[in-house]
Amino acid sequence: MKRFAGWTLASPATILVVVFLVLPVLATIVTTFTTPAGPFATYFAFFGSGFRRTVLFRTIQVSLAVTAISLVIGFLTAYVVSRAPGWLKSILIIAAVFPLLTGVVVRSFAWLIILGKNGILNSTLLNLGLIAEPFQMLYTQGAVIVAMVYLFVPLMILTLVGVLESIPDDLIQASSSLGAKPSATFMQVTLPLAVPGLIVGAVLVFTGSFTSYATPQLLGGEQVMMMGTLMYQQAMVTFDWVAASTIAAVMVVITIAIVALMNAVARRLNPMTV
Amino acid sequence: MTRNIHPLLIAGTVLVFIFLVGPLVIVLGSALSDTTYLTFPPQGLSLRWFENIFQIDAFRRTIVTSLQIALLSTTIALIIGIPAAYALNRHRIQLPGWLSTLFILPVLVPELVLGFSLLKNLAVQFNSPIYISLLFGHALIVLPYVIRVISASLASFDFSIEEAAISLGSPPLKTFFTILLPNVRSGVIAAFILAFITSINDVSISIFLTGPGLSTLPIQLLAHMEQFFDPTVASVSVLLMLLTVAVMAIVERTLGLTFLAK
Repeated sequence: MKRFAGWTLASPATILVVVFLVLPVLATIVTTFTTPAGPFATYFAFFGSGFRRTVLFRTIQVSLAVTAISLVIGFLTAYVVSRAPGWLKSILIIAAVFPLLTGVVVRSFAWLIILGKNGILNSTLLNLGLIAEPFQMLYTQGAVIVAMVYLFVPLMILTLVGVLESIPDDLIQASSSLGAKPSATFMQVTLPLAVPGLIVGAVLVFTGSFTSYATPQLLGGEQVMMMGTLMYQQAMVTFDWVAASTIAAVMVVITIAIVALMNAVARRLNPMTV
Repeated sequence: MTRNIHPLLIAGTVLVFIFLVGPLVIVLGSALSDTTYLTFPPQGLSLRWFENIFQIDAFRRTIVTSLQIALLSTTIALIIGIPAAYALNRHRIQLPGWLSTLFILPVLVPELVLGFSLLKNLAVQFNSPIYISLLFGHALIVLPYVIRVISASLASFDFSIEEAAISLGSPPLKTFFTILLPNVRSGVIAAFILAFITSINDVSISIFLTGPGLSTLPIQLLAHMEQFFDPTVASVSVLLMLLTVAVMAIVERTLGLTFLAK
Protein backbone atom coordinates (compact mmCIF):
# COMPACT_ATOMS: atom_id res chain seq x y z
CA MET A 1 0.00 0.00 0.00
CA LYS A 2 2.57 2.54 1.11
CA ARG A 3 4.85 1.65 -1.81
CA PHE A 4 2.37 3.13 -4.22
CA ALA A 5 1.52 6.19 -2.15
CA GLY A 6 4.32 8.27 -3.65
CA TRP A 7 3.33 7.57 -7.23
CA THR A 8 -0.38 8.00 -6.57
CA LEU A 9 0.24 11.48 -5.18
CA ALA A 10 2.74 12.50 -7.84
CA SER A 11 0.87 11.07 -10.83
CA PRO A 12 -1.58 13.94 -11.56
CA ALA A 13 1.30 16.43 -11.82
CA THR A 14 3.35 13.92 -13.84
CA ILE A 15 0.47 13.40 -16.27
CA LEU A 16 -0.09 17.16 -16.63
CA VAL A 17 3.56 17.80 -17.51
CA VAL A 18 3.80 14.82 -19.86
CA VAL A 19 0.51 15.42 -21.70
CA PHE A 20 0.60 19.20 -21.93
CA LEU A 21 4.35 19.80 -22.17
CA VAL A 22 6.59 16.86 -23.02
CA LEU A 23 4.45 15.36 -25.79
CA PRO A 24 3.42 18.61 -27.58
CA VAL A 25 6.98 20.02 -27.45
CA LEU A 26 8.49 16.73 -28.65
CA ALA A 27 5.93 16.63 -31.47
CA THR A 28 6.99 20.14 -32.51
CA ILE A 29 10.63 19.10 -32.60
CA VAL A 30 9.92 15.80 -34.41
CA THR A 31 8.01 17.54 -37.22
CA THR A 32 11.14 19.53 -38.11
CA PHE A 33 12.85 16.24 -39.07
CA THR A 34 9.98 14.68 -41.02
CA THR A 35 9.44 17.20 -43.80
CA PRO A 36 9.21 15.79 -47.36
CA ALA A 37 12.46 17.58 -48.26
CA GLY A 38 14.53 15.36 -45.94
CA PRO A 39 15.41 15.18 -42.26
CA PHE A 40 17.65 18.24 -41.94
CA ALA A 41 16.19 20.35 -44.74
CA THR A 42 14.52 22.84 -42.38
CA TYR A 43 17.79 23.37 -40.54
CA PHE A 44 19.70 23.94 -43.78
CA ALA A 45 17.00 26.42 -44.71
CA PHE A 46 17.29 28.14 -41.31
CA PHE A 47 21.07 28.43 -41.23
CA GLY A 48 21.23 29.05 -44.98
CA SER A 49 19.10 32.15 -44.75
CA GLY A 50 21.22 35.25 -44.17
CA PHE A 51 18.32 37.03 -42.48
CA ARG A 52 17.63 34.23 -40.00
CA ARG A 53 21.34 33.84 -39.22
CA THR A 54 21.47 37.58 -38.51
CA VAL A 55 18.51 37.24 -36.15
CA LEU A 56 20.16 34.32 -34.34
CA PHE A 57 23.48 36.15 -33.93
CA ARG A 58 21.73 39.34 -32.88
CA THR A 59 19.76 37.42 -30.27
CA ILE A 60 22.95 35.84 -28.91
CA GLN A 61 24.70 39.24 -28.92
CA VAL A 62 21.85 41.03 -27.12
CA SER A 63 21.48 38.22 -24.58
CA LEU A 64 25.22 38.22 -23.85
CA ALA A 65 25.24 42.01 -23.40
CA VAL A 66 22.20 41.89 -21.11
CA THR A 67 23.76 39.05 -19.08
CA ALA A 68 27.12 40.82 -18.69
CA ILE A 69 25.59 44.16 -17.68
CA SER A 70 23.10 42.52 -15.30
CA LEU A 71 25.89 40.48 -13.70
CA VAL A 72 28.01 43.54 -12.92
CA ILE A 73 25.14 45.78 -11.77
CA GLY A 74 23.41 42.94 -9.93
CA PHE A 75 26.50 41.74 -8.11
CA LEU A 76 27.69 45.14 -6.91
CA THR A 77 24.18 46.11 -5.81
CA ALA A 78 23.58 42.78 -4.09
CA TYR A 79 26.89 43.21 -2.25
CA VAL A 80 25.79 46.57 -0.84
CA VAL A 81 22.25 45.30 -0.08
CA SER A 82 23.57 42.23 1.76
CA ARG A 83 25.69 44.46 4.03
CA ALA A 84 23.04 47.11 4.64
CA PRO A 85 21.52 47.43 8.14
CA GLY A 86 18.27 45.46 8.63
CA TRP A 87 15.63 48.16 8.01
CA LEU A 88 17.38 49.50 4.92
CA LYS A 89 17.88 46.00 3.59
CA SER A 90 14.14 45.33 3.84
CA ILE A 91 13.34 48.50 1.92
CA LEU A 92 15.89 47.68 -0.79
CA ILE A 93 14.57 44.14 -1.15
CA ILE A 94 11.02 45.50 -1.47
CA ALA A 95 12.27 47.92 -4.14
CA ALA A 96 13.76 44.99 -6.07
CA VAL A 97 10.81 42.62 -5.62
CA PHE A 98 8.25 45.19 -6.75
CA PRO A 99 9.47 45.44 -10.36
CA LEU A 100 10.06 41.68 -10.42
CA LEU A 101 6.40 40.98 -9.64
CA THR A 102 5.19 43.67 -12.03
CA GLY A 103 4.50 42.25 -15.46
CA VAL A 104 6.86 42.37 -18.41
CA VAL A 105 4.37 44.38 -20.48
CA VAL A 106 4.14 47.13 -17.87
CA ARG A 107 7.91 47.26 -17.46
CA SER A 108 8.57 47.40 -21.20
CA PHE A 109 5.83 49.99 -21.62
CA ALA A 110 7.65 52.25 -19.14
CA TRP A 111 10.63 52.33 -21.52
CA LEU A 112 8.33 53.10 -24.43
CA ILE A 113 7.34 56.31 -22.59
CA ILE A 114 10.94 57.13 -21.74
CA LEU A 115 12.63 56.37 -25.07
CA GLY A 116 9.88 57.43 -27.50
CA LYS A 117 10.43 60.11 -30.13
CA ASN A 118 8.48 62.59 -27.97
CA GLY A 119 9.46 60.66 -24.85
CA ILE A 120 10.83 61.94 -21.60
CA LEU A 121 14.47 61.46 -22.46
CA ASN A 122 14.22 63.24 -25.81
CA SER A 123 12.17 66.15 -24.45
CA THR A 124 14.53 66.57 -21.50
CA LEU A 125 17.59 66.63 -23.78
CA LEU A 126 15.82 69.08 -26.11
CA ASN A 127 14.86 71.37 -23.23
CA LEU A 128 18.40 71.36 -21.94
CA GLY A 129 19.58 72.29 -25.41
CA LEU A 130 21.86 69.26 -25.58
CA ILE A 131 20.38 68.04 -28.85
CA ALA A 132 18.77 69.95 -31.72
CA GLU A 133 16.22 67.34 -32.75
CA PRO A 134 14.84 64.16 -31.16
CA PHE A 135 17.01 61.06 -31.28
CA GLN A 136 15.71 57.79 -32.70
CA MET A 137 16.06 55.64 -29.61
CA LEU A 138 13.16 53.24 -29.98
CA TYR A 139 13.54 50.28 -32.33
CA THR A 140 17.28 50.10 -31.76
CA GLN A 141 19.36 47.33 -30.27
CA GLY A 142 20.32 49.70 -27.43
CA ALA A 143 16.67 50.21 -26.44
CA VAL A 144 16.10 46.46 -26.29
CA ILE A 145 19.23 45.94 -24.19
CA VAL A 146 18.36 48.72 -21.71
CA ALA A 147 14.79 47.47 -21.26
CA MET A 148 15.99 43.88 -20.80
CA VAL A 149 18.62 44.88 -18.27
CA TYR A 150 15.77 46.65 -16.46
CA LEU A 151 13.79 43.40 -16.64
CA PHE A 152 16.51 41.16 -15.27
CA VAL A 153 18.52 43.24 -12.78
CA PRO A 154 15.97 42.68 -9.94
CA LEU A 155 16.19 38.92 -10.51
CA MET A 156 19.98 39.07 -10.40
CA ILE A 157 20.01 41.22 -7.24
CA LEU A 158 17.63 38.90 -5.39
CA THR A 159 19.47 35.74 -6.48
CA LEU A 160 22.83 37.17 -5.42
CA VAL A 161 21.64 38.67 -2.11
CA GLY A 162 20.60 35.14 -1.17
CA VAL A 163 23.99 33.77 -2.19
CA LEU A 164 26.03 36.52 -0.48
CA GLU A 165 24.06 36.14 2.75
CA SER A 166 24.83 32.44 2.83
CA ILE A 167 28.59 33.14 2.88
CA PRO A 168 29.61 32.61 6.53
CA ASP A 169 30.62 35.86 8.23
CA ASP A 170 33.50 34.01 9.93
CA LEU A 171 35.30 33.72 6.61
CA ILE A 172 35.15 37.48 6.03
CA GLN A 173 36.29 38.14 9.58
CA ALA A 174 39.08 35.59 9.35
CA SER A 175 40.30 37.24 6.18
CA SER A 176 40.37 40.74 7.65
CA SER A 177 41.81 39.64 10.98
CA LEU A 178 44.66 38.02 9.04
CA GLY A 179 45.38 41.46 7.59
CA ALA A 180 43.61 41.40 4.21
CA LYS A 181 42.32 44.75 3.02
CA PRO A 182 38.56 44.94 2.34
CA SER A 183 39.25 44.94 -1.41
CA ALA A 184 41.44 41.84 -1.10
CA THR A 185 38.79 40.10 1.01
CA PHE A 186 36.20 40.98 -1.63
CA MET A 187 38.32 39.70 -4.52
CA GLN A 188 39.75 36.60 -2.83
CA VAL A 189 36.98 35.45 -0.50
CA THR A 190 33.57 36.92 -1.36
CA LEU A 191 33.80 36.82 -5.16
CA PRO A 192 35.03 33.20 -5.51
CA LEU A 193 32.38 31.99 -3.07
CA ALA A 194 29.70 33.81 -5.06
CA VAL A 195 30.69 32.21 -8.39
CA PRO A 196 28.05 29.43 -8.28
CA GLY A 197 25.38 32.08 -7.62
CA LEU A 198 26.73 34.25 -10.43
CA ILE A 199 26.45 31.27 -12.76
CA VAL A 200 22.85 30.58 -11.74
CA GLY A 201 22.01 34.26 -12.26
CA ALA A 202 23.78 34.36 -15.62
CA VAL A 203 21.88 31.29 -16.86
CA LEU A 204 18.52 32.74 -15.76
CA VAL A 205 19.22 36.06 -17.48
CA PHE A 206 20.72 34.59 -20.66
CA THR A 207 17.95 32.07 -21.26
CA GLY A 208 15.32 34.66 -20.30
CA SER A 209 16.71 37.19 -22.81
CA PHE A 210 17.27 34.59 -25.48
CA THR A 211 13.64 33.45 -25.46
CA SER A 212 11.92 36.77 -24.70
CA TYR A 213 9.07 38.12 -26.74
CA ALA A 214 7.31 41.19 -25.30
CA THR A 215 10.37 43.44 -24.85
CA PRO A 216 11.90 42.96 -28.34
CA GLN A 217 8.41 43.24 -29.83
CA LEU A 218 7.66 46.59 -28.15
CA LEU A 219 11.10 48.22 -28.17
CA GLY A 220 12.78 46.51 -31.11
CA GLY A 221 9.94 45.98 -33.55
CA GLU A 222 10.70 44.83 -37.09
CA GLN A 223 14.08 46.58 -37.05
CA VAL A 224 15.54 44.60 -34.15
CA MET A 225 13.97 41.22 -34.69
CA MET A 226 15.02 38.52 -32.22
CA MET A 227 14.39 34.75 -32.11
CA GLY A 228 11.16 35.11 -30.13
CA THR A 229 9.66 37.80 -32.35
CA LEU A 230 10.82 35.99 -35.49
CA MET A 231 9.20 32.77 -34.28
CA TYR A 232 5.93 34.59 -33.60
CA GLN A 233 6.03 36.25 -37.01
CA GLN A 234 6.68 32.94 -38.81
CA ALA A 235 3.92 31.18 -36.89
CA MET A 236 1.18 33.80 -36.79
CA VAL A 237 1.85 36.24 -39.64
CA THR A 238 3.29 34.15 -42.47
CA PHE A 239 1.84 30.86 -41.11
CA ASP A 240 5.03 28.95 -41.90
CA TRP A 241 4.71 26.47 -39.07
CA VAL A 242 7.66 24.36 -40.15
CA ALA A 243 9.95 27.39 -39.95
CA ALA A 244 8.45 28.36 -36.58
CA SER A 245 8.98 24.80 -35.30
CA THR A 246 12.61 24.94 -36.42
CA ILE A 247 13.16 28.16 -34.46
CA ALA A 248 11.42 26.53 -31.48
CA ALA A 249 13.75 23.52 -31.72
CA VAL A 250 16.84 25.75 -31.94
CA MET A 251 15.63 27.67 -28.87
CA VAL A 252 15.02 24.49 -26.85
CA VAL A 253 18.39 23.00 -27.75
CA ILE A 254 20.34 26.17 -26.94
CA THR A 255 18.45 26.77 -23.68
CA ILE A 256 18.87 23.23 -22.40
CA ALA A 257 22.50 23.04 -23.55
CA ILE A 258 23.36 26.21 -21.63
CA VAL A 259 21.57 25.08 -18.48
CA ALA A 260 23.30 21.67 -18.63
CA LEU A 261 26.72 23.21 -19.31
CA MET A 262 26.40 25.76 -16.52
CA ASN A 263 25.19 23.09 -14.11
CA ALA A 264 28.30 21.08 -14.85
CA VAL A 265 30.56 24.12 -14.48
CA ALA A 266 28.86 25.20 -11.25
CA ARG A 267 29.30 21.74 -9.76
CA ARG A 268 33.02 21.73 -10.56
CA LEU A 269 33.57 25.26 -9.29
CA ASN A 270 31.58 25.13 -6.09
CA PRO A 271 34.30 25.10 -3.41
CA MET A 272 31.79 23.99 -0.75
CA THR A 273 31.17 20.58 -2.32
CA VAL A 274 34.81 19.54 -2.81
CA MET B 1 30.24 42.47 10.22
CA THR B 2 32.22 45.18 8.51
CA ARG B 3 30.14 47.98 7.11
CA ASN B 4 32.85 49.99 5.42
CA ILE B 5 31.73 50.01 1.83
CA HIS B 6 33.36 52.24 -0.74
CA PRO B 7 31.30 55.46 -1.21
CA LEU B 8 31.37 54.96 -4.99
CA LEU B 9 29.66 51.60 -4.53
CA ILE B 10 26.96 53.23 -2.40
CA ALA B 11 26.44 55.95 -5.02
CA GLY B 12 26.17 53.24 -7.68
CA THR B 13 23.58 51.37 -5.63
CA VAL B 14 21.50 54.54 -5.25
CA LEU B 15 21.57 54.97 -9.04
CA VAL B 16 20.55 51.35 -9.57
CA PHE B 17 17.51 51.76 -7.34
CA ILE B 18 16.54 55.00 -9.09
CA PHE B 19 16.82 53.01 -12.33
CA LEU B 20 14.60 50.27 -10.85
CA VAL B 21 11.85 52.43 -9.38
CA GLY B 22 11.97 55.51 -11.65
CA PRO B 23 10.30 54.01 -14.74
CA LEU B 24 7.38 52.74 -12.66
CA VAL B 25 6.92 56.19 -11.09
CA ILE B 26 6.84 57.61 -14.62
CA VAL B 27 4.09 55.13 -15.58
CA LEU B 28 2.09 56.18 -12.51
CA GLY B 29 2.52 59.87 -13.38
CA SER B 30 1.51 59.37 -17.01
CA ALA B 31 -1.64 57.54 -15.95
CA LEU B 32 -2.80 60.57 -13.96
CA SER B 33 -2.29 63.05 -16.80
CA ASP B 34 -5.32 64.92 -18.13
CA THR B 35 -3.93 64.92 -21.68
CA THR B 36 -4.96 62.63 -24.55
CA TYR B 37 -1.36 61.67 -25.18
CA LEU B 38 1.24 60.13 -22.89
CA THR B 39 3.34 62.67 -21.06
CA PHE B 40 5.43 63.02 -17.92
CA PRO B 41 5.34 64.91 -15.61
CA PRO B 42 1.51 64.78 -15.84
CA GLN B 43 -0.26 67.90 -17.06
CA GLY B 44 -3.35 68.38 -14.93
CA LEU B 45 -4.45 65.57 -12.66
CA SER B 46 -7.33 63.35 -13.63
CA LEU B 47 -8.65 59.84 -13.18
CA ARG B 48 -10.43 59.88 -16.54
CA TRP B 49 -8.09 57.30 -18.06
CA PHE B 50 -9.01 54.87 -15.33
CA GLU B 51 -12.67 55.31 -16.25
CA ASN B 52 -11.71 54.88 -19.89
CA ILE B 53 -10.40 51.35 -19.21
CA PHE B 54 -13.87 50.14 -18.35
CA GLN B 55 -15.46 51.90 -21.30
CA ILE B 56 -13.38 49.88 -23.74
CA ASP B 57 -15.11 46.57 -24.28
CA ALA B 58 -11.90 44.68 -25.08
CA PHE B 59 -10.36 45.66 -21.73
CA ARG B 60 -13.48 44.69 -19.78
CA ARG B 61 -13.58 41.30 -21.46
CA THR B 62 -9.87 40.52 -21.15
CA ILE B 63 -9.77 41.56 -17.48
CA VAL B 64 -12.49 39.00 -16.80
CA THR B 65 -10.71 36.31 -18.88
CA SER B 66 -7.37 36.97 -17.21
CA LEU B 67 -8.86 36.75 -13.71
CA GLN B 68 -10.72 33.58 -14.67
CA ILE B 69 -7.66 31.89 -16.20
CA ALA B 70 -5.45 32.94 -13.27
CA LEU B 71 -7.94 31.67 -10.69
CA LEU B 72 -8.64 28.35 -12.45
CA SER B 73 -5.06 27.57 -13.49
CA THR B 74 -3.77 28.37 -10.01
CA THR B 75 -6.43 26.14 -8.45
CA ILE B 76 -5.52 23.27 -10.78
CA ALA B 77 -1.82 23.75 -10.02
CA LEU B 78 -2.50 23.71 -6.26
CA ILE B 79 -4.73 20.63 -6.40
CA ILE B 80 -2.12 18.59 -8.25
CA GLY B 81 0.98 20.41 -7.01
CA ILE B 82 0.40 19.99 -3.26
CA PRO B 83 0.23 16.16 -3.44
CA ALA B 84 3.25 16.16 -5.77
CA ALA B 85 5.29 18.32 -3.39
CA TYR B 86 4.21 16.08 -0.52
CA ALA B 87 5.24 12.96 -2.43
CA LEU B 88 8.62 14.49 -3.31
CA ASN B 89 9.26 15.27 0.36
CA ARG B 90 7.74 12.23 2.05
CA HIS B 91 8.21 9.41 -0.45
CA ARG B 92 11.37 10.54 -2.19
CA ILE B 93 12.98 7.10 -1.98
CA GLN B 94 10.18 5.42 -3.94
CA LEU B 95 10.24 8.00 -6.69
CA PRO B 96 12.78 8.20 -9.51
CA GLY B 97 15.28 11.04 -9.45
CA TRP B 98 14.15 12.45 -12.78
CA LEU B 99 10.73 13.30 -11.39
CA SER B 100 11.84 16.56 -9.80
CA THR B 101 13.55 17.46 -13.09
CA LEU B 102 10.28 16.76 -14.90
CA PHE B 103 8.50 19.19 -12.57
CA ILE B 104 10.91 22.04 -13.36
CA LEU B 105 10.60 21.49 -17.13
CA PRO B 106 7.94 24.22 -17.40
CA VAL B 107 10.61 26.76 -16.33
CA LEU B 108 13.31 25.16 -18.47
CA VAL B 109 11.43 24.90 -21.76
CA PRO B 110 10.97 28.37 -23.30
CA GLU B 111 7.39 29.51 -22.75
CA LEU B 112 7.08 30.60 -26.37
CA VAL B 113 7.88 27.06 -27.49
CA LEU B 114 5.33 25.64 -25.06
CA GLY B 115 2.64 28.07 -26.20
CA PHE B 116 3.29 27.37 -29.86
CA SER B 117 3.38 23.60 -29.30
CA LEU B 118 0.05 23.68 -27.42
CA LEU B 119 -1.49 25.64 -30.27
CA LYS B 120 -0.09 23.40 -32.99
CA ASN B 121 -0.25 19.95 -31.44
CA LEU B 122 -3.25 20.26 -29.15
CA ALA B 123 -5.65 23.01 -30.21
CA VAL B 124 -5.28 22.67 -33.98
CA GLN B 125 -4.31 18.98 -34.22
CA PHE B 126 -7.22 17.74 -32.12
CA ASN B 127 -9.50 20.64 -32.94
CA SER B 128 -9.91 21.27 -29.20
CA PRO B 129 -11.04 24.60 -27.72
CA ILE B 130 -8.15 27.07 -27.43
CA TYR B 131 -9.38 27.91 -23.92
CA ILE B 132 -8.31 24.43 -22.72
CA SER B 133 -4.77 24.95 -24.04
CA LEU B 134 -4.59 28.43 -22.52
CA LEU B 135 -5.83 27.17 -19.16
CA PHE B 136 -3.52 24.16 -18.93
CA GLY B 137 -0.61 26.14 -20.35
CA HIS B 138 -0.99 28.55 -17.44
CA ALA B 139 -1.44 25.70 -14.95
CA LEU B 140 1.87 24.26 -16.23
CA ILE B 141 3.93 27.42 -15.89
CA VAL B 142 2.71 28.07 -12.33
CA LEU B 143 3.16 24.44 -11.22
CA PRO B 144 6.91 24.78 -10.45
CA TYR B 145 6.21 27.80 -8.19
CA VAL B 146 3.56 25.83 -6.30
CA ILE B 147 5.81 22.80 -5.85
CA ARG B 148 8.76 24.92 -4.75
CA VAL B 149 6.85 27.02 -2.21
CA ILE B 150 4.93 24.04 -0.76
CA SER B 151 8.16 21.99 -0.56
CA ALA B 152 9.74 24.83 1.40
CA SER B 153 6.83 24.81 3.90
CA LEU B 154 6.90 21.01 4.16
CA ALA B 155 10.62 21.12 4.93
CA SER B 156 9.82 22.73 8.27
CA PHE B 157 6.83 20.48 9.00
CA ASP B 158 7.31 17.84 11.67
CA PHE B 159 6.03 14.66 10.04
CA SER B 160 5.84 12.86 13.40
CA ILE B 161 2.64 14.84 14.10
CA GLU B 162 1.13 13.26 11.02
CA GLU B 163 2.37 9.81 12.05
CA ALA B 164 0.83 10.32 15.48
CA ALA B 165 -2.56 11.13 13.89
CA ILE B 166 -2.39 8.07 11.64
CA SER B 167 -1.34 5.71 14.41
CA LEU B 168 -4.23 7.01 16.50
CA GLY B 169 -6.55 5.86 13.71
CA SER B 170 -7.10 9.00 11.65
CA PRO B 171 -7.87 8.11 7.99
CA PRO B 172 -5.35 9.46 5.42
CA LEU B 173 -7.65 12.07 3.83
CA LYS B 174 -8.80 13.39 7.20
CA THR B 175 -5.18 13.56 8.33
CA PHE B 176 -4.33 15.55 5.23
CA PHE B 177 -7.08 18.12 5.76
CA THR B 178 -6.92 18.43 9.54
CA ILE B 179 -3.19 17.99 10.23
CA LEU B 180 -1.06 18.64 7.18
CA LEU B 181 -2.94 21.40 5.37
CA PRO B 182 -3.41 23.71 8.40
CA ASN B 183 0.32 23.39 9.13
CA VAL B 184 1.40 24.48 5.66
CA ARG B 185 -1.39 27.05 5.33
CA SER B 186 0.92 30.04 4.87
CA GLY B 187 2.80 28.17 2.16
CA VAL B 188 -0.46 27.44 0.34
CA ILE B 189 -1.50 31.10 0.49
CA ALA B 190 1.90 32.27 -0.75
CA ALA B 191 1.95 29.66 -3.53
CA PHE B 192 -1.52 30.71 -4.60
CA ILE B 193 -0.69 34.38 -4.73
CA LEU B 194 2.66 33.96 -6.54
CA ALA B 195 1.10 31.61 -9.07
CA PHE B 196 -1.83 34.01 -9.54
CA ILE B 197 0.37 37.01 -10.34
CA THR B 198 2.54 34.92 -12.66
CA SER B 199 -0.53 33.87 -14.63
CA ILE B 200 -2.02 37.39 -14.72
CA ASN B 201 1.24 38.83 -16.10
CA ASP B 202 2.02 36.08 -18.61
CA VAL B 203 2.69 37.03 -22.22
CA SER B 204 4.83 34.30 -23.76
CA ILE B 205 2.35 31.39 -23.44
CA SER B 206 -0.75 33.46 -24.04
CA ILE B 207 0.52 35.19 -27.18
CA PHE B 208 0.01 31.97 -29.16
CA LEU B 209 -3.16 30.89 -27.40
CA THR B 210 -5.27 33.97 -27.90
CA GLY B 211 -7.00 35.24 -30.98
CA PRO B 212 -10.34 36.60 -32.08
CA GLY B 213 -12.82 36.11 -29.26
CA LEU B 214 -10.31 35.04 -26.60
CA SER B 215 -7.58 37.25 -25.22
CA THR B 216 -5.90 38.03 -21.93
CA LEU B 217 -5.17 41.44 -20.44
CA PRO B 218 -1.40 41.59 -21.24
CA ILE B 219 -2.05 40.56 -24.84
CA GLN B 220 -4.81 43.18 -25.15
CA LEU B 221 -2.36 45.76 -23.71
CA LEU B 222 0.20 44.87 -26.39
CA ALA B 223 -2.44 45.15 -29.11
CA HIS B 224 -3.69 48.49 -27.76
CA MET B 225 -0.15 49.90 -27.61
CA GLU B 226 0.42 49.14 -31.27
CA GLN B 227 -2.54 51.31 -32.26
CA PHE B 228 -2.89 54.03 -29.63
CA PHE B 229 -0.47 56.04 -27.57
CA ASP B 230 -2.91 57.35 -24.97
CA PRO B 231 -2.70 57.05 -21.16
CA THR B 232 -5.11 54.06 -21.03
CA VAL B 233 -2.25 51.57 -21.03
CA ALA B 234 -0.58 53.56 -18.25
CA SER B 235 -3.72 53.43 -16.11
CA VAL B 236 -4.12 49.66 -16.65
CA SER B 237 -0.45 49.36 -15.67
CA VAL B 238 -1.19 51.24 -12.45
CA LEU B 239 -4.02 48.82 -11.67
CA LEU B 240 -1.59 45.93 -12.22
CA MET B 241 0.94 47.63 -9.93
CA LEU B 242 -1.72 47.93 -7.22
CA LEU B 243 -2.22 44.18 -7.60
CA THR B 244 1.54 43.74 -7.17
CA VAL B 245 1.39 45.75 -3.94
CA ALA B 246 -1.38 43.50 -2.64
CA VAL B 247 0.59 40.39 -3.63
CA MET B 248 3.70 41.67 -1.85
CA ALA B 249 1.74 42.44 1.30
CA ILE B 250 0.35 38.88 1.36
CA VAL B 251 3.73 37.25 0.61
CA GLU B 252 5.34 39.34 3.35
CA ARG B 253 2.73 38.16 5.87
CA THR B 254 3.02 34.49 4.88
CA LEU B 255 6.52 33.55 3.69
CA GLY B 256 8.33 36.84 4.20
CA LEU B 257 9.67 38.67 1.15
CA THR B 258 13.19 37.43 1.84
CA PHE B 259 11.94 34.02 0.67
CA LEU B 260 12.10 35.45 -2.84
CA ALA B 261 15.81 36.17 -2.35
CA LYS B 262 16.69 32.49 -2.06
